[in-house]
Amino acid sequence: MSDAHAEHAEHHPTWSTYWKVALILTVITVIEVWCYYLPAFVATPYFVPTLLILSAVKFAIVVLFYMHLKYDAKLYRVLFTGPFLVAMATIIVLMFLFGKFAIHLSLLT
Amino acid sequence: MTATAADVGHGYTTTGLPHRKIAIWAFIGSECMLFASLISTYLIYKGRSIAGPFPHEAWTDPSTHHVYKAILNIPVTSCSTFVLLMSSLAMVLALAAVENRDVPKHTLGDRILGSSKLWLFTTAALGATFLSFQAYEFTSFVHEGLTIRTNLFGSSFFTLTGFHGAHVTAGVLWLLTMLGIDFKRGLGPKDALNVDIMALYWHFVDVVWIAIFTLIYLIK
Repeated sequence: MSDAHAEHAEHHPTWSTYWKVALILTVITVIEVWCYYLPAFVATPYFVPTLLILSAVKFAIVVLFYMHLKYDAKLYRVLFTGPFLVAMATIIVLMFLFGKFAIHLSLLT
Repeated sequence: MTATAADVGHGYTTTGLPHRKIAIWAFIGSECMLFASLISTYLIYKGRSIAGPFPHEAWTDPSTHHVYKAILNIPVTSCSTFVLLMSSLAMVLALAAVENRDVPKHTLGDRILGSSKLWLFTTAALGATFLSFQAYEFTSFVHEGLTIRTNLFGSSFFTLTGFHGAHVTAGVLWLLTMLGIDFKRGLGPKDALNVDIMALYWHFVDVVWIAIFTLIYLIK
């Protein structure tokens, strides 16, 4: 039993990879906070997308490297990605439903 | 890899994967939906509070003329975010130490990296530090006039971050239990699956905070 687990563990990243990932996560967090304190940047339409992209990158790095989803069995990826996509879809649909996002139909016609 | 009936009986499914690890991933999937509902609620109510205090803007109470400053304290929360990220690093080092318990350690660096007790304790301590930051934040909010009943922002904010804090608390208790077992009989490769499951839960708590930090604290 533990052999099977050890088999998976063999493919886990090394200690140095873990430290590099921590450094990257720290740098991204610093950039996020730095963006927050730039009034000129906050006023632009790029502020929110930039933060969302940086946050998504951090999320993906932790899931892939620290949670080992990059190295583990495909079934685990399915078990996580399926509900995660449903959760994301739920948030987006609710934002439309409650008027937080809007599609300007006049632009489409 | 073919799983025999004996394998299944000893905790492995017919997929050849341990059922407890499949279960924790399914649990994490369901937790994604729980936090998605809480985050949605916060975002839907965002900007719809009639009375302050507000997260990013100052507010003057028209009846008392008392000025409430913007409630969120970004420097403090940035520190607590950093603490939680570092706890994830300590967690993976703890798992690696347990998996490599039998590997000979020649240098002091090897012994430090290979000490599961050190890294489990560090993870639990960083988790407790994060909770202390949250307790400080909640207390200061209440002193500044924001409670769970003050306005829509207060209700959705305390519910979301409170649920996350409860998850961190459960994680710290789990870590301390595992640390106690490590002190009592030592954790080795045969325990790696148990530590791995705990690590997955801990990292999930961390990724939820990554989303909360951006959506609630940084986006104005």
